[in-house]
Amino acid sequence: MTYTDWLRADRLPHIYCAGCGNGTVINCTLNAVVQAGLKKEETVFVSGIGCSSRAPGYIVTDSLHTTHGRALAFATGIKMANPALSVIVFTGDGDLAAIGGNHFIHACRRNIDLTVVCMNNMIYGMTGGQGSPTTPRMALSTTTPYGSAEPAFDLCELAIAAGANYVSRWTSYHVKELTRAILAGLRTPGLSFIEAMVQCPTNFGRRNRYRQPLDQVEYFKAHGMLVEKVRRMQEEGREIPPDTIVLGELARRNRPAMGVKP
Amino acid sequence: MRHEVRFSGFGGQGIILSAVILGRAAVMYDGNYAVQTQVYGPEARGGASMSSVIIDDAPILYPKVRDPDILVIMSQEGFEKYGANAAESAFMILDSSLVRSRPRCRYLGIPATTEAKNTLGREIVANIVMLGALVRATGIVREESLEKAILDSVPKGTESLNVRAMKRGMELASGEKGQ
Amino acid sequence: MQGNVACAEGALAAGCSFFAGYPITPSTEIAEHMAARLPKKGGVFIQMEDELASIAAVIGAAWTGARAMTATSGPGFSLMMENIGFAAMTETPCVIVNIQRGGPSTGQPTMSAQADMMQCRFGSHGDYSIIALSPASVQEMYELSAEAFNLADRFRVPVFLMADEIIGHLRERIEIPDSVPKTERKPLPPGELPFHPGDDLVPGFPRFGAGHGVHVTGLTHDERGYPCATNPRVHEELVRRLVEKVESKRHEIADYRVTNPDAELVFVTYGSPARSVEQVLHDNPEKTIGHLRFRIVWPFPENALREFPNARAFLVPEQNLGQMAREIERHTTVPVIRLPRFGGALHTPEELVAALEALA
Repeated sequence: MTYTDWLRADRLPHIYCAGCGNGTVINCTLNAVVQAGLKKEETVFVSGIGCSSRAPGYIVTDSLHTTHGRALAFATGIKMANPALSVIVFTGDGDLAAIGGNHFIHACRRNIDLTVVCMNNMIYGMTGGQGSPTTPRMALSTTTPYGSAEPAFDLCELAIAAGANYVSRWTSYHVKELTRAILAGLRTPGLSFIEAMVQCPTNFGRRNRYRQPLDQVEYFKAHGMLVEKVRRMQEEGREIPPDTIVLGELARRNRPAMGVKP
Repeated sequence: MRHEVRFSGFGGQGIILSAVILGRAAVMYDGNYAVQTQVYGPEARGGASMSSVIIDDAPILYPKVRDPDILVIMSQEGFEKYGANAAESAFMILDSSLVRSRPRCRYLGIPATTEAKNTLGREIVANIVMLGALVRATGIVREESLEKAILDSVPKGTESLNVRAMKRGMELASGEKGQ
Repeated sequence: MQGNVACAEGALAAGCSFFAGYPITPSTEIAEHMAARLPKKGGVFIQMEDELASIAAVIGAAWTGARAMTATSGPGFSLMMENIGFAAMTETPCVIVNIQRGGPSTGQPTMSAQADMMQCRFGSHGDYSIIALSPASVQEMYELSAEAFNLADRFRVPVFLMADEIIGHLRERIEIPDSVPKTERKPLPPGELPFHPGDDLVPGFPRFGAGHGVHVTGLTHDERGYPCATNPRVHEELVRRLVEKVESKRHEIADYRVTNPDAELVFVTYGSPARSVEQVLHDNPEKTIGHLRFRIVWPFPENALREFPNARAFLVPEQNLGQMAREIERHTTVPVIRLPRFGGALHTPEELVAALEALA
């Protein structure tokens, strides 16, 4: 079986823009799901609102495309009512960290046995490119026309502080690593949070000097640094470049979890 | 025969529990009808607390107390708020250790809080002393029904203390003549 | 037994196996009782981070096949509105209890009201329909709580138990039946599209984990469940069906009590004011006063008004400024007299008699 067996072929073509990074994340997730040996009839995909949240509609399993920000609360109900199901949540930076921020920290605190894949494109893509809680300082968007004045959230640090059992960050450039991280997340009881930085050529890249989709992917490649290297440099007292994207497995632990498959 | 009983005191005295116990005795052990309601504010402790029980041998339609014929008053503030304008035909039992005022209606003063503290060693059972006195003085429920309802409602390990409190209340009511 | 506890017990008797909630006066005893009882019955109780999450978790649990419920009061009810619309759009059977208190805003947390009746019908955006029950006794808190699940499963809508603080906190005698009637959720026939309605306009229920591979979305969707948000015909068909599946059955769903149908002056009630009217009728046994009491308020069963052919006036005591009186006015040429009493107090029998005398 390959990931294409999990795609709902009669729903294609999809709505994503040419050059969008979300498709990469969907492929990585489905590859991980196949490698984990999950059964379609025992797997549920849940999402909120936004580009990322359209993903479950292209997957053949049962899926719940919910309201903006609330995917984790719906997923909590599904998983607690039937722990035998594997529940995977697709979300985005606006959905998860702005309108859904409270559900995010509480799902991590409860450590519900969910796998949460966040496609972080640093922008509200579906509504046309407004600033989000992960829009970098000084980045341009339709609501930050003079550059974003607000500091951005570090979603992984948030998940770690709130108690998630597994946390890692990769990008749409790091396809194999991202797939492995999602697989590890699926195999870790408790809440697994995988942040996937993705390019949004239409609404982020275009306004922020990434003329081609690949320009932003190149940026991820150039600015990504493995967490082990970051820690080593910190220990050696070396300065970490300010635009560094910290990559890799940031937390793996065994806090008490809820809703774990019996 | 409809009886409307109003309990008032301050939060923490067990005013609502008293009403619940009395209603329980009437329904579960006397086979009558009862409804219990309450008025409460944000305070879990302190403040004026009020609760009511209506006991009847027929189903109770209007569930709120209109004109209480029996009042159990356990604080001065409760007296002023819920007892002072009791009808002259009503009957009041008041905790004479805490209530300074006296009503126009027939009443019985029971030093429930002092008794609970000094004789029984636990101030917290003052409401049960009052319940014992109430039932002895009015016969609104049968005494054995009250005892059963108390045993149903109080925390494990405090049963004998509460039964002693109830009996002490009954003794005090038998000793005191209504005024 | 207390009304709120009876509500929880009625739900348990109906097979409710999932409760998600958030503490709020005066509904909290329902959550507390469920927290104590559900784990012992193999069910799930979860206290969520807010009411948005509570109703979301309930909807999620419902899709696994569970009978699921939440309970709240005014401010929490307001927070639930968006996901109530989601439940309506996705045809998710679930039960929402509102022990109404005084509003707007924080209002009177410990005092009774009935001012969320229109919100429960129309509170979420868009056109849809729901079912709402209104208990007037502790006995009915038990019975209607159980019945709410049957209606939710049969019509696949959010069903509301619109009680008030007086009934929620009332303690009175209750007879617990050996069992309660139970309607099963209609399953999705094999090979059928997941949102293809049957003759009753209600699709079969494709439970998650049963191999249906159903996509459930709050977007306008076709019978496959696939988003189809820009086709006016698909949207109109869907929304008309969401409304019609309930409204076309309103006379069948209707549940009301008629006393003295020949009367000229007729009280129309639901919830705790019914108790005041029953007292008036008891105290005036000459059968000249009518009483129409709704146990189901929405969909509004306007035929019930015709049970009183001699009616000269409908008097509507409510713990609000006249929300259901407004609905009654839409369906009758008989004068409708609003008798609002709010702030937490219940209408006294005396003031209702005075209202009658003013019309005599």
